[in-house]
Amino acid sequence: MTDVTADRSAVAPEPETVEEGPGISTAGRTRGQARRANQLIAWAFLAPFMLAFFLFVIWPLAHGIYLSMTDQSLTGAGGSFIGLENYAEALSDPVVWTSIRNTVWFTVISTIPLVLFALVMALLVNTGLPGQWLWRLSFFMPFLLASTVISQIWMWIFNPEIGVANEILTTFGFEPIAWLQTEHIDLISITIATVWWTVGFNFLLYLAALQNIPEHQYEAAAVDGAGRWRQLFSITLPQLGPVTVVVLVLQALASLKLFDQAYQMMNGGSSDTSRPIVQYIFEAGFVGYRFGYASAISYIFFALIVIVGIFQMTVLSRRKGN
Amino acid sequence: MSAAAPALDNVDVTKVRSRNRRPGESPYSPARILAFAALVIMAGIWLGPIVWAVATAFKTETDAAAGELTFIGESGPTLQAFESILSQGNIYIWALNSAWTSAVITFITVAISALAAYAFSRLQFTGKKWIFVAVIASIIVPPQALIIPLYYQMLAFNMVDTYWGLILPQVVMAPIVFILKKFFDAVPIELEDAARVDGAGRLRVFWSVVLPLSRPILGAVSIFVFIQAWNNFLWPFLIINDTLLMTLPVGLQTVISAYGIQYAQVMAQAVLAALPLIVVFLFFQRQIVKGVATTGFGGQ
Repeated sequence: MTDVTADRSAVAPEPETVEEGPGISTAGRTRGQARRANQLIAWAFLAPFMLAFFLFVIWPLAHGIYLSMTDQSLTGAGGSFIGLENYAEALSDPVVWTSIRNTVWFTVISTIPLVLFALVMALLVNTGLPGQWLWRLSFFMPFLLASTVISQIWMWIFNPEIGVANEILTTFGFEPIAWLQTEHIDLISITIATVWWTVGFNFLLYLAALQNIPEHQYEAAAVDGAGRWRQLFSITLPQLGPVTVVVLVLQALASLKLFDQAYQMMNGGSSDTSRPIVQYIFEAGFVGYRFGYASAISYIFFALIVIVGIFQMTVLSRRKGN
Repeated sequence: MSAAAPALDNVDVTKVRSRNRRPGESPYSPARILAFAALVIMAGIWLGPIVWAVATAFKTETDAAAGELTFIGESGPTLQAFESILSQGNIYIWALNSAWTSAVITFITVAISALAAYAFSRLQFTGKKWIFVAVIASIIVPPQALIIPLYYQMLAFNMVDTYWGLILPQVVMAPIVFILKKFFDAVPIELEDAARVDGAGRLRVFWSVVLPLSRPILGAVSIFVFIQAWNNFLWPFLIINDTLLMTLPVGLQTVISAYGIQYAQVMAQAVLAALPLIVVFLFFQRQIVKGVATTGFGGQ
C-alpha cells in the first residue's frame, strides 16, 4: 500500500496520458516517471478490492488473534490480555472436542454419498437419455434453495408423528424413529437432508468433466470391440481422476463448515451428538457473550480446516504421482 | 466471441451428446432401459420432497396434520395457508431485501474483482506476485472463523443492524478474482495492444475491449455470486436484528418456531421463499447450470 502514497506525490495528474505503451511516444518523460505512472494505474485498479480485502479479511484475521488472547465480552466488558488462557480452556472443554468430533464425523458421512451419488447421477445423465431438462432440474434445483427452506421441508419430513420419513418406515414394517430428537441419529438425519440439498453441485462438476472426454476415444474403443462396461472402466473412470480430486477437496472443506442446516433443523437448539464446531463458536460468542473465548475456538476451527486441507492435498497428490 | 473466448467457456453441460447408443443399437436395449429406470427413481427421490411440500402448502392445516401420503387433502386444495402467510408475515419485505442486497453484493463483488483481476493479469506493480499469493491463500480462510472479529469491527463502524453491515463483508471473494485473472490471461494481448496504439488508456482498454470480451465469464460468476448471496444465512443472521431489514433466509428462521406445528403454513412459506429462484431457474436453466459449472471449476 505504501507504493501508492509514495507515487502520488511524484506523478503529475492525467495518468491516462502518461502511461507507456507500444507505439505511444514517451519522449520528454523519463523511464522512471513512466514506470511510476504504471504503478499508479495498477493500484487504481487494485485499490477497491484490496481495501475490502484488508478491511474484511486481513484485519479481522489479525484482530481475531488478539481477541482470542483477551477476555473480551460482546457486552463491551473485559478486554484485558490473558495470554493463552482461552486456548488452554478450549482444549480442556469437552464441548469443543465433541463438536470437533461431530464436525469430522459429518464430513466423513456426508462427503462419501455426496461424491458417489453425484458420480452415478452424472454417468446416467451423460448417457444422453431423453429427459435431460428434467434430470438436471431434479438433481440440481435443490442446490438453489436457501438453507432455511431446506430445513423447513426436512424438519417436516422427519417429524416423528406426521412426517413422511416415518410413514415410509412403518409401511415397510419398521419402527418409527425420532429422527432429529434422538442422539447419534440427529446428525445422520442432517446428513440425509444435506446430501439431498447439495449433491447437485458435484453432479454438475462431474457432468462437465464427462462432457470434456473426447468423443473419438469412445469411437476408437468401440472399433477395438470394447463394450460399454469396458469403456466405462478403461476410458471414463480413469479420466475422472482429476475432477474427483477437486470434488473431494471442495466437498470436505464445505462439509467442515457445517452450520446453517444443523442449527436450523435442531430448531436453534443442539445436542452433544449434532453440534458442529461453527455452532459452538456462535454459541460461545453470541449466546454466551464470550468474544475472546469464541475467537480462540475460531482459530482452532481454522486450524482444523488447514490440517484437513493439507492432509488431502498430500494424500491426493501422492496418489496422483503413482 | 468464439475466437477470443478462452477454455473456461467450453464447458457446456446443457448439451449432452448421446454417446451410449452404439450404431445400430435399438433405443430400447436392456441397458438403456435400466439406466432410464435408475434415472426415474433418483429423479423421483430428489423431486419428491419439493412436490410433497408444494402439495402440503395447498392443504388445510387439518389435512396437513393428518400426515397421510395423499397429494390432495380430504377438504380439497385450498389457498388458506398462502393467504394467512401473506396477510400476517413480512415475507414481501424479506424477499425484496434479499433481492436488492444480493444484486448490490453481486455488482460490487464482480466489479472490484474484475478490476483487481485485470491488474494481476496485465499490469506491472511492486509486490505483484506476493499480493496475489496472499489473495489466493485467503481462499483457505473459512468465513465462519471470522464472524467474531468481523462483528466486533461492525460494532466499531456502527454498522450492526444496517444494510451496509450486511453487504460489505460479503463482497470479498478471492476465488472470483482467481477465475477472472485466468480468463484475462487467456485473452489475446494483441487486441488490447491494437486499441492502445490508437491512443486508448488502460481504463478505456479495460472498459471497451476487455469487458465486452468477458461477458460470458462475467455472467457466469455473477450468477454464482448472486445465488451465494441470496442463500447466505450465517452473516445476515448475526448482523441483522431488525425484522424489517432481514433477508428471506433469516426472516424465515425467526418464524420456524412461531408456526411450529402449522405445517401447511410452514410449507406455504417455504414454497413462497423458494419460488423466485425456481422461476428464475426454469427460465434460465442453461445459463445458471453453465455459470455454476464454470465457476465451480475455476475455484479449484
